Amino acid sequence: MDIIIIGLLLGGTYSLIAMGLNLQYGVARIMNLANGEMLVAGGFTAFWFYTAGNISPLLTIFIVAPLAFAINWLIYRIMLEPLVRRAKNRGQLEVDSILATFGMSFIAVGLMLAFFGGDYFNYSFLAVPVTLMGETYAQNRVVAFLAAVVICAILYAWITFSRPGLSLRALSVSPESARLVGINVRQRAAIAFALGGAITAVGGALISSFLTLDASAGVAFTLKALIIVIMGGVGDVRGTIIAALLLGVVETLVASLIDPGLTLAAAYALFILVLLFRPQGLFGRKPT
Amino acid sequence: MSLTGKEIQGVILAAIALLVVGALPYYGSDYLLSLGITIAMFTVLATSWALFSGPTHYISLATAAFFGLGTYTTGLGFESLPFWSLVLMAGALGAVLAALVGLATLRLSGVYFVIFTLGLAELIRQLITWGQNMTGQKGLYVLTDFTEGNLYMMLVALASAVFLVGWLIGRSRLGFALRIIGDDETVAAHSGINTAQAKVLLFMVSGAVAAMTGAILAPRYVYIEPALAFTPLLSFQVVIMALLGGVHRLWGPIVGVIPFTLILETISANFPNQVTLFIGIVFLIIVYFIPRGFAGLIEQARSWSQSESMA
Repeated sequence: MDIIIIGLLLGGTYSLIAMGLNLQYGVARIMNLANGEMLVAGGFTAFWFYTAGNISPLLTIFIVAPLAFAINWLIYRIMLEPLVRRAKNRGQLEVDSILATFGMSFIAVGLMLAFFGGDYFNYSFLAVPVTLMGETYAQNRVVAFLAAVVICAILYAWITFSRPGLSLRALSVSPESARLVGINVRQRAAIAFALGGAITAVGGALISSFLTLDASAGVAFTLKALIIVIMGGVGDVRGTIIAALLLGVVETLVASLIDPGLTLAAAYALFILVLLFRPQGLFGRKPT
Repeated sequence: MSLTGKEIQGVILAAIALLVVGALPYYGSDYLLSLGITIAMFTVLATSWALFSGPTHYISLATAAFFGLGTYTTGLGFESLPFWSLVLMAGALGAVLAALVGLATLRLSGVYFVIFTLGLAELIRQLITWGQNMTGQKGLYVLTDFTEGNLYMMLVALASAVFLVGWLIGRSRLGFALRIIGDDETVAAHSGINTAQAKVLLFMVSGAVAAMTGAILAPRYVYIEPALAFTPLLSFQVVIMALLGGVHRLWGPIVGVIPFTLILETISANFPNQVTLFIGIVFLIIVYFIPRGFAGLIEQARSWSQSESMA
């Protein structure tokens, strides 16, 4: 039972990261493989603020979010928009954006190695036990989970009920038709990409409060986020959340019952099942 | 099979090149030979990668997985079985792994394939590490009496075989089918091509070759362990060299392998911490400035000089 709860707590933060990637891939149509590096950068910032100024990661996210938004907006405008404009079809854009974001991810890892070195970094924030339903858990995990839930809820409400959220949903269904009904596609796509990056970075700041990260840890998170997005269905917020919780639980089960070194294998097992039986996502409909 | 005059010219040129390259152990220094092995290894890997990814535009990041599979085949079997049979066995295992991955992902769109291959090497590494923990085993020693020259010759032979196979595929129905798939998969399916089958077949060729390369090179490492045999960076290096050279021509990747290996050797000798940064920058240069690679540039220059001389 406590394994499942730990898994759910982990899954909550995963859902935040995957939500960021889903905005970037589902709405802005950029397969961003540098997503994990944005997460690690968010984690680095939280680490730095905490060790240098003793500022809680829960406050740091208010600095991380706008900063990551601005950086990602610039990345989209400067680096990715030329690719979108030159692509003749979606397939070509996918190949180009995969290669370009690989390049960015390597550059990001290289820069972080240069500035921070290759050491693992962690800090102890709220590392006190908390009792839930008769079992004890680390408070930082619970707090990170709650923060993730709040952010997910706000995001979900914003996408579902607000006008800008509506235009993002329209964009994710069909960019061509979105333009016909007067949506500024380029501007909205940039905003979706930037927002996705900001959410991922916030997720990184939260994750760093209970996981140990290092400069090259990004790719593992990218991979998990990708698996979650595909499992949940591209552009599907509800599916993403459920898939993230599922991955968190399965991963924790494998880590605690079989071997902690097999977390990726657990993620892959889920991935293979999805590919074989529901490639359109848990709640997706079969494409016609 | 009849050859045109231009093709006969190509065959003669290739034979001369093979002779010059193949004789390297007899006239080159030790350093040159060791560099030659690295270049030969990446030539084989990048060319076989481009055989599949060139026409289909499916980016495979599984090279390290196949390569590691090959090294482990040699590592586990070199004491009991003759070396040549291990190389063949590695090829068969590589083809089987490629078929499994291909059957799971290649029916679907390219993104699934990229994601799946991205973590494949790491997945196998985790599984082997886990198996070793279970049995209490650590790494493997691969002690053979092969010299660097022997390994180099084997790689050159494998490279020639890859070029031959690539050339034959390019002329075959399969090669034609793949080019159509790369152009427009829907059109390919409508004209009666079994797209999934064609893609899986070619991916198997590519996987088998990468596994054989790993099997041949295992003795060079002497001691192999999962983290070394399945290093994910290898996959990226292969992708970048192939794209830098140009994947739309059979000879394209080799034009990328040679300069990239030389520069990377220099950088990793002098600034070992900047290797990742360098790889990232080259990725961006390829995407933004030379999407068709050096081969594309060479062809452009050639057609430009031709149109100049016509005028």
